[in-house]
Amino acid sequence: MSGAITETAVTIRVDGQEVAVPEGATILDACDAAGVETPTICYGPTLTPVNVCRLCVVELDGSRALVPSCSRPAEEGMVVHTDSERVRHSRKMVLEFLTTGVDVSQADELGQWAEHYGADPSRYVPGGETMDEPVRVQDNLYIRDYDKCVLCYRCVEACGDDAQHTYAISVAGRGFGARISAEFDVTLPESACVYCGNCVAVCPTNALQFKTEFDLRQADDWRPEDQTVTQTVCSYCGVGCNLELHVQDNQIVKCTSPDDHDVTSGNLCIKGRFGWNYV
Amino acid sequence: MPPRLRGHPLADLHFGDDQPTEAEQAAIDAIVPQANAASIVETERIVRGGRSRRHGLRHLLLPVLHSLQHEIGWISPGGLNGAAERLGVPPAEAYGVATFYELLRTADPGHRDDVVHVCVDPACALAGNNELRTTLDADGARVHDSPCLGQCERAPALFVQGVGRPDRVPADDNEEFQLPQAGDPGLRVLRRVGVVDPTSLESYREHGGYEALATAIEMGPDAVIAVISDSGLSGRGGAAFPTGIKWRAVADEPGADKHVVANCDESEPGTFKDRILCEQDPFAVIESMTIAGLATGASHGWIYIRGEYPRATARLESAIAQARASGLLGDDVAGSGQRFDIELRRGAGAYICGEETALFNSIEGFRGEPRNKPPFPTTHGLFSQPTAVNNPETLINALDIVIDGPDTYRSLGTERSPGTRLFCLSGRIGVPGLYEVPFGTPLGDLLDLAGGPVGSLAAVLLGGAAGVFVGPDSLDMPLTLEDTREASATLGSGVVTVFDDTVDMEAVVVRIAEFFRDESCGQCVPCRVGTQRQHEVLVELQGSDKPLTKQRSELIDDMALAMVDASICGLGHTAASAVRSALSLGLIGNSQ
Repeated sequence: MSGAITETAVTIRVDGQEVAVPEGATILDACDAAGVETPTICYGPTLTPVNVCRLCVVELDGSRALVPSCSRPAEEGMVVHTDSERVRHSRKMVLEFLTTGVDVSQADELGQWAEHYGADPSRYVPGGETMDEPVRVQDNLYIRDYDKCVLCYRCVEACGDDAQHTYAISVAGRGFGARISAEFDVTLPESACVYCGNCVAVCPTNALQFKTEFDLRQADDWRPEDQTVTQTVCSYCGVGCNLELHVQDNQIVKCTSPDDHDVTSGNLCIKGRFGWNYV
Repeated sequence: MPPRLRGHPLADLHFGDDQPTEAEQAAIDAIVPQANAASIVETERIVRGGRSRRHGLRHLLLPVLHSLQHEIGWISPGGLNGAAERLGVPPAEAYGVATFYELLRTADPGHRDDVVHVCVDPACALAGNNELRTTLDADGARVHDSPCLGQCERAPALFVQGVGRPDRVPADDNEEFQLPQAGDPGLRVLRRVGVVDPTSLESYREHGGYEALATAIEMGPDAVIAVISDSGLSGRGGAAFPTGIKWRAVADEPGADKHVVANCDESEPGTFKDRILCEQDPFAVIESMTIAGLATGASHGWIYIRGEYPRATARLESAIAQARASGLLGDDVAGSGQRFDIELRRGAGAYICGEETALFNSIEGFRGEPRNKPPFPTTHGLFSQPTAVNNPETLINALDIVIDGPDTYRSLGTERSPGTRLFCLSGRIGVPGLYEVPFGTPLGDLLDLAGGPVGSLAAVLLGGAAGVFVGPDSLDMPLTLEDTREASATLGSGVVTVFDDTVDMEAVVVRIAEFFRDESCGQCVPCRVGTQRQHEVLVELQGSDKPLTKQRSELIDDMALAMVDASICGLGHTAASAVRSALSLGLIGNSQ
């Protein structure tokens, strides 16, 4: 990339509309550029695409199967359809599949898309397998509720190659029995976890939650509509991470950092993420 | 070249307090110092489309886990920590790998007895696997239900996974190998099978072995690829991709860090052909891989073989050692001036690892999860380097093509499906076994060649669990790629499982659905959940005496379409095909 001033553009057609995107951009980028909204769940703007949820699939002329738009690079002359019968069908089925086995009640966007595509989880065999996992409350910082886990791999990527390089968790098991887990499912304090909370930040379904949020929800007192967000800079060291302090009833209830912040890309360390009790 | 051992590539890895025992440490050390010529000690791997990461010894993870399982009987927390620390792999990821495989256990079994795997797939179910299981249980054996063990011609199948003792297949000791078509002058791929001494390079040479390699060296890589392309040879694993195009693509990539992989991980229920080829003609696998290596300019060869195939593994290992000792592998292959050597890796019980990109991940020490394609293996394969993957049947076909030229090969079969094809016959058939016939042979003729159906023919499963059922009205269908495609069927990996009208087809179809549910890697949603829900619908049908409702039928079709259209790999793409063909043939779904 050094010295390159001009970017090569590739032009593709999205639902009949021509869009130009820089070389290396994905079909999803092109859809965004064309103003076409695309449902995603395993995709995160700060993460390398793993293309596992298959919610963002699109129809690509010349390709037998549908292709994941999040990871497929746009190539000159591609013709893409995002609202064909096949695309709508696969998206609907993925949404049905997710909602039959997983508690998606706190994944708002997923619910909206399920409605949009007419997903009907009630048409499946009653009593089908679900995640069926107890909530793991192992410390005072965050909890893991794998009944809500859609196995999007985002936490694994954030813990590993994409942000933290701690590798405390992985996918274990196989098939429908696959679960996010530390080795031998040891508790997080026993694991390699450094409590950066970057997994919590990228979780799309609230399977990973701040303990503060979890406790308030248990008490039926989680009120996002009453919360304010205060932007500040972390006071611990000189890096200059932006913090967003989420406040309810004059108490900090969780802390995030903007995905598009130059310094953090949404990531923090244990101090910035959880070390605000002194405020 | 000695391995370059460095410190941990990830220096701040955290390991728990559990330490390996002396026996566990010994099991780990028994594997790690081994780094033969083909080992890649340090590699750069592109992780899922972008970032790179150094992995020194990670490709030894599966062999180390095998070693622990074999010596200790399970992978304990201490053993896992020891392995992870030695290889510089995060323990959570090592656990993710260990829990991926059927043959590895991560819970203490509480004993050190051998584990007896009993096949529960269709051919063995027809042959009385339940009775066998009852007998074994009564004898106090540690019995474990297993998917297809690749011994369908001698069903019901057993595989004994040894603890501290070698793995073994009882049938190997009890029976003299006999090819049903022994002595048939029409055999090509099977010509040496049952004739040559599979443990002797000398015997292999006496039967024409290594003439093809000499010819290939004389011809040069381009001419070899040209005759393979002209012959029309296509892959025998199921996808039928033209072999010449694959080899050309790898040959066109620069550098010598390229790979040839023999995919001997056949796990498709009903398939046992590659086991027999590897057991009875292992040098042919080695020689043909070497030709592929020289033709594509690859210097690394890998054999990835089912963990349930101990005899094939031993014979291939012996063949590799003999070939190496005779200068047929190594830094200067047969005086060609080119380097090619082969390393063998054992799978550990995962159907999905026969998918080529899952196979790469498995060798590299990651979970056997398929990668999205593109990029394709010919440019980004094993260790992200150009790779040609072929199965033994495909490879062995190349030997005669190199010697006789493409026209001789094309003189058999049809214009679009030239040559011969191996078929694995099992189930209700007179003489189960491995057969070779020219492409285009009608299905009925193949059945007759194998002694004809036993009882009143109800259906034939073509291509295994990933294939389709056809009825008695399909006996005239010529077995070619084009004719089966026309009939919405498939040859797949050459499985022909025969069912008569006494078979409980609902049970067969439920088992096929269960097979896919068990073998889905779990990575992508359509397959992970779709195979589960499909199984649930069929179990519900099995438990009811009513015909399939319209709603359920629509649901099956809807799930099938999503699995075909949106899954990452071929497992999801084919997980509904046998089920749907059984429904459309009326084998299941009617009121009883």
